[in-house]
Amino acid sequence: MVEFLFFAFAAVAVVSAVSLIWQRNPVASAISLVVTLACQAGLFVLLEAHFAATMQILVYTGAIMVLFVFVIMLLNLQDHELGAPRYRPFKFVGGALALVSAALVAVTILKTDAAKATPVAENFGTIEAVGLELFSTYLFPFEVLSLVLTAAIAGAVILGKRDL
Amino acid sequence: MIPTVYYLILSTILFTLGVIGVMVRRNGLVVFMSIELMLNAVNLSFVAFARKLGAVDGHIFVFFVMAIAAAEAAVGLALIIALFRHRTTVQVDEANVLKG
Repeated sequence: MVEFLFFAFAAVAVVSAVSLIWQRNPVASAISLVVTLACQAGLFVLLEAHFAATMQILVYTGAIMVLFVFVIMLLNLQDHELGAPRYRPFKFVGGALALVSAALVAVTILKTDAAKATPVAENFGTIEAVGLELFSTYLFPFEVLSLVLTAAIAGAVILGKRDL
Repeated sequence: MIPTVYYLILSTILFTLGVIGVMVRRNGLVVFMSIELMLNAVNLSFVAFARKLGAVDGHIFVFFVMAIAAAEAAVGLALIIALFRHRTTVQVDEANVLKG
C-alpha cells in the first residue's frame, strides 16, 4: 500500500511538474504547481512528517499559490502579451546542462549507502516534537526569520507603489 | 518502507525540472514558479533525510525554507507587477536595460 502511494504521488508530481514548464498559459502552470505541491504533501505524510505536510498544504498550496494566482488575475495577460514561442540554441544548451548535472547527482546518490532508515519515536514529526525543537535549539534563527519577513513585506509595499 | 534513495531520485528529478523551467521559459511568472519547484524538491530531500536519521531538524529546515519562499514570492511578484506597469510585459528577456 505504501509503495503504491509513493509511486502514485511521485508519478503525478513529475507529470504535473513537466506540465508546469510546458503550459503556455500561466494559470495552467499555477494549477500544475498546486498539484505537484499537494503530491509532495502526501509524500511528507509517508515520511511521517505530519507537521511539515500540514504546513505544505496551508502555506504553500494555500497562501503562496493564492498569491501567484492573484497576481496572474491582476495582470490579466492577453495572448499577444505572452510573446511568440522562440527557440534559441541557448535554451537547448541550458536544458542539456541541467540534465547532465542531474545525471551526475543521480549517479552520486545511487552510489551512497542504502542503509535501512532508523525506527523513529512515536511522536516523530508531530507539532509537539517539531515545536519543542524549534523553540529551544532553533529559537534564534526563528526570531531572525521574523525580521526577514518584515523586510520582505516592507520591500513588497515599496515596490508596489505607483510612482516607483 | 520505501528506500530513502527513491525519495532522493524523485527530488533530483523535480529539481532538474525546475532548473529547466528557469532556463527555458521567458515568462517571469513561470520562472518564479519553477524556482518554487526547486525549493520544494530540496524540502523533499530534507524530509527524507530527517526520516532516515530519525532527527526532527530536517522538518525545521523545511519550515525555514517555506518562510523564505513566502518572502521571495511576495517580493518577486511585486517586482513582476512593477515591471508590467513600466513595460507592459512579463517577459524577463525584455527587461534588459538598467535605466528606467
